[in-house]
Amino acid sequence: MKRIYLDNQSNTKLDRRAFEAMLPYFEECYGNPQSIYSLGAVSKDALEEARKDVANLIGAHPEEIIFTSCASESNNLAVKGLAQALKSKGRHIIASAIEHFSVLNSAKRLEKEGFEVSYAPVDSKGNVDKDELKKLLRKDTILVSIQHANPEVGTIQNIKELVSIVKENSAALFHTDAVCACGVIDVNVVDLGVDALTLAASVMYGPKGAAALFVKKGVKIIPQTDGGVQEFSKRAGTENVPAIAGFGQACKIAARELESNAAHIQKLRDKLIKELPEKIEHIYLNGAVSNRLAGNVNFSVEFVEGEALFLLLDAKGIMAASGSACANKNLKLSHVLAAMNVDVAVGQGSILFTLSKYNTQEEIDYVLNEFPAIVQKLRDMSPLYSHFLKTGERKIAGPGTDYDHDHDNDHCQIENS
Amino acid sequence: MAFYSEKVMDHFANPRNVGEIENADGVGEVGNPVCGDMMTFYVKIKDDKVEDVKFKTFGCGAAIAVSSMVSEMAIGKTVDEVMNITNADVAKELGGLPPNKMHCSNLGADALHRAVENYKSKQGK
Repeated sequence: MKRIYLDNQSNTKLDRRAFEAMLPYFEECYGNPQSIYSLGAVSKDALEEARKDVANLIGAHPEEIIFTSCASESNNLAVKGLAQALKSKGRHIIASAIEHFSVLNSAKRLEKEGFEVSYAPVDSKGNVDKDELKKLLRKDTILVSIQHANPEVGTIQNIKELVSIVKENSAALFHTDAVCACGVIDVNVVDLGVDALTLAASVMYGPKGAAALFVKKGVKIIPQTDGGVQEFSKRAGTENVPAIAGFGQACKIAARELESNAAHIQKLRDKLIKELPEKIEHIYLNGAVSNRLAGNVNFSVEFVEGEALFLLLDAKGIMAASGSACANKNLKLSHVLAAMNVDVAVGQGSILFTLSKYNTQEEIDYVLNEFPAIVQKLRDMSPLYSHFLKTGERKIAGPGTDYDHDHDNDHCQIENS
Repeated sequence: MAFYSEKVMDHFANPRNVGEIENADGVGEVGNPVCGDMMTFYVKIKDDKVEDVKFKTFGCGAAIAVSSMVSEMAIGKTVDEVMNITNADVAKELGGLPPNKMHCSNLGADALHRAVENYKSKQGK
């Protein structure tokens, strides 16, 4: 059975070289980096070596890197930790509408603590609206958090420009979740002008269990895990040395191979983006065209539903994702597609292929061969499609029509009886 | 463990009774494209018995599997028997559904019942 992995926004395959860099720290070098005897010192060296490699990738100083366990933890630490440190200066926070849930839900948590949160809207391609962002800035705005690149639709924000808008019009700090950007495009914290930045190993061919938060020298942050002195007393807990060693190696490799990887991946992406619409009618690209992640392909396939699409793809050995309501555990259309004002019925057919350096031309050809038949199979059983074929019109749906029967338009879920 | 049972995957990948019935005795439709699932059921009824069922479904794996399962369950049953098929019966026949997919089984039973009600209302005229 073929296995073609095209869900690299959720996790990448571990690079063999990163894996090998981890191995000594499982069995032989098991000392706690905080212990001052020799075995501890070996672990400490690995930790600090990795810190340098991570810092190098993003143009930071090693002492500006705080290791965490995952991107969600980094985003929690950034949003809550920076806001709490500045609460005497103001209580207003801005996040973009398409942030990861670890940013959005951290902001929600802060709302319960008395902060006020505004959401910066995006246009139909997923670009943060600069004028709207400017309008949202206030005297008491203390933090702005805007993702560098969106994992679902691939849109890359002009962070440098957004930072200057924020800095010219407020005293707020700027955090960016750069998980999808790091290792894919050049990211330099000095050039971008950000105060904090999140990156993670698991989507750049490193292991799960290691991520980092860059916090600019001099910026105060309140720890979200209290305990010992690890990570400059900003994140307590015994360090995951093997994972961090793998993370460091992954950063080193990414810095070296970024350009050649991006060229390879983008070629495959462009083939899919060009040829899928030639083979399948009524499909629409979601996200930006030019400022787009090298590996991101997201189409809305009209008249069919996304989970059904990726299940049939899986049966052919192709692993992909979808932003449809049924594919989401909470049964809501992806908040990213919703924020971009993608037609809700059409967005239910979203299918997301995210490519990696390990994908090949042959794999993409296989997808191009198999996918049209899968779409056709589902369209052949879709009442929306037969209605369209018979009448040339889209089935009108929504509140007040016959198709609204028993449905709460907010989440469309009939209560279990 | 796989997200869906083997039986769900079988009915999803090889759905039975997909299609439409011309001059059907009853047609029932539930769901909403905006919600990501919509089902249209067609029934052919003779001497109070469901002779044939066809459906078209827009939806996720569970929605398609439920449609296929409920169509199989209905064929050969009397109108009253069909009206007594519950969503729980459908889910049980499928070897269970993930909790967040249970509403799909409601839709399947509802769509079938609507088609039969449509037949009954025509009979009443």
